Amino acid sequence: MTTLRDWLIDDSPASPMQARLGRFYRIFGALMRNPLAVVGAIIIAALVLTALFAPWLATHDPLRQSLGERLLPPSAAHWMGTDELGRDIWSRVVYGARITLAIVTLVAVLAAPAGLVIGVVAGYFGGWVDRILMGITDIFLSLPKLILALAFVAALGPGIENAIIAIAITSWPGYARVARAETLTFKNSEFISAVRLLGASSLRVNLGHVLPLCTSSMIIRVTLDMAGIILTAAGLGFIGLGAQPPLPEWGAMISRGRSFILDQWWVATMPGFAIILVSLGFCFLGDGLRDVLDPKSGEQR
Amino acid sequence: MGFLITLAITFLGLLAITFFIGRIVPIDPVLAVVGDRAPVAVYERVRQEMGLDQPLTVQFVSYVGDVLSGNFGTSVSTGKLVIEDLARVFPATLEMATLGIILGVLIGVPLGVFAAAHRGSWLDQGIRVVGLLGYSVPAFWLGLVGLAVFYARLKWVGGPGRVDIFYDGMVTPVTGLILVDSIIAGEWEIFRNAVWHLILPASCLGFFSLAYIARMTRSFMLDQLSQEYVTTARVKGVPERLVIWRHAFRPIRVPLITVIGLSYAGLLEGSVMIETIFSWPGIGNYLTVALLNADMSAVLGSTLVIGAVFIGINKISDVLYRVLDPRAR
Repeated sequence: MTTLRDWLIDDSPASPMQARLGRFYRIFGALMRNPLAVVGAIIIAALVLTALFAPWLATHDPLRQSLGERLLPPSAAHWMGTDELGRDIWSRVVYGARITLAIVTLVAVLAAPAGLVIGVVAGYFGGWVDRILMGITDIFLSLPKLILALAFVAALGPGIENAIIAIAITSWPGYARVARAETLTFKNSEFISAVRLLGASSLRVNLGHVLPLCTSSMIIRVTLDMAGIILTAAGLGFIGLGAQPPLPEWGAMISRGRSFILDQWWVATMPGFAIILVSLGFCFLGDGLRDVLDPKSGEQR
Repeated sequence: MGFLITLAITFLGLLAITFFIGRIVPIDPVLAVVGDRAPVAVYERVRQEMGLDQPLTVQFVSYVGDVLSGNFGTSVSTGKLVIEDLARVFPATLEMATLGIILGVLIGVPLGVFAAAHRGSWLDQGIRVVGLLGYSVPAFWLGLVGLAVFYARLKWVGGPGRVDIFYDGMVTPVTGLILVDSIIAGEWEIFRNAVWHLILPASCLGFFSLAYIARMTRSFMLDQLSQEYVTTARVKGVPERLVIWRHAFRPIRVPLITVIGLSYAGLLEGSVMIETIFSWPGIGNYLTVALLNADMSAVLGSTLVIGAVFIGINKISDVLYRVLDPRAR
């Protein structure tokens, strides 16, 4: 009597597919035993669902102004109160989830593959290629990220697209470092030599055999970086260089609420709670993923 | 020697990045000088005077020369030389960041040691969550909420600015550090007022370094506590307090220096947001004002200075690590 579970945890899988699914099952099981990781996963899932179903979750139109209802405190009609233009803050926070999700996804999609390719190329070929690529990486790594992102946005001009580009430019070096370190550990192993002896080109060795092995450490690193990316994006929005009004971006919303912080505290604090919750979610999940996928590295980051 | 070469290359990299940023600005620097109705001949002459007709490499070399001789250009917003502005605002940031790191070390290190010693307890979990909050709370939000609660509601601390408006400009700047200057002038009332204003922004910064330092201390301590020599000490009957502080804590002092250095450098970055909230006349505030006015000379000057200090502190803590840890020599 074989159940699905037995098939998944079979020690001698019959197909690569079964092995892969079994690995996912084990990772998933280990994650679910880590309470913080579960909390993190729930928060991220909630973020994604909020972004998807924003029109149903929002109680009001996030952009509709109603000057008669300015700066109302939280109530049954407006769960998080209203801002200085009478817009419902809860609805704006809900729609803001879309912007935040778009920012972190785009930064991850832009920066992670770039860092991955640079790191793998540097690690695999070594020599001058390695020295030049890692030299550039180290220069970027030794500079303060936020300041660099600010300077890039100043040059490119304010706006959410440029904020994403600037954050991506400052994020890739960390991924390059991780990918290079991983590549160095696999480079001289026997299975890589075997593939090479079979006549595979460098491109094929890297794409088919080195890159996939870097993914788990990349996923950990990307998840752990998400909180920083969210904070930088919110910071740019707060200063006025990120998302532009009337977009309900959380950082920009805090910036608008700044003038009312003494009497109408909810305008600035509510979006802040959203930022903290989502960032914490990514931190928890990243910590849990690291414990499961890479138990050696411990707490250091 | 190799150390100095990497340092020089890193600085050159910083210069290359700021140079590059200066080039991608969509504003034509010549048009900014001559205006858009200038005849072509005038435009060309100014372009030549500014060296913009030269190849990029030549422009970069002259840019490096300018920066090394302290010529960062003139700020559009203040009308002064950027280097003078920076020299004026930097001490305010230094003062805040230094108090911040002191708070962070004084609270963060004992918290981390405590968490490791009581691994798995609810206090350990609490300290872990505080550590993660340090990565999740936006600095500007923390500053805002801090102002609303501790200044406006409870009136425990002073509001924005370095001193009350009443005292503004009453001590002559000698070092630029208002705490030191007021002591030199013997103005104890202003000294007290300045501490009163400094405590909240410095605590906000301190929170972020505390979170990081406590997290790292905990992880270093756990490493040590799992070593065999610690078991030996316990078997010999050494009291737990001595096991922790005399045996396990000693070897982590050196790596902690690196962590503290990194954290201190990170505070310079964090001060950008905190200064904006607290109207603190430091380099962060200067940078944000410049950003909003598209004042590129001031932006790039501030970026260079913050970047250089950041690199400097990192390298110093690297060197300290090597000097203090016999294994790394």
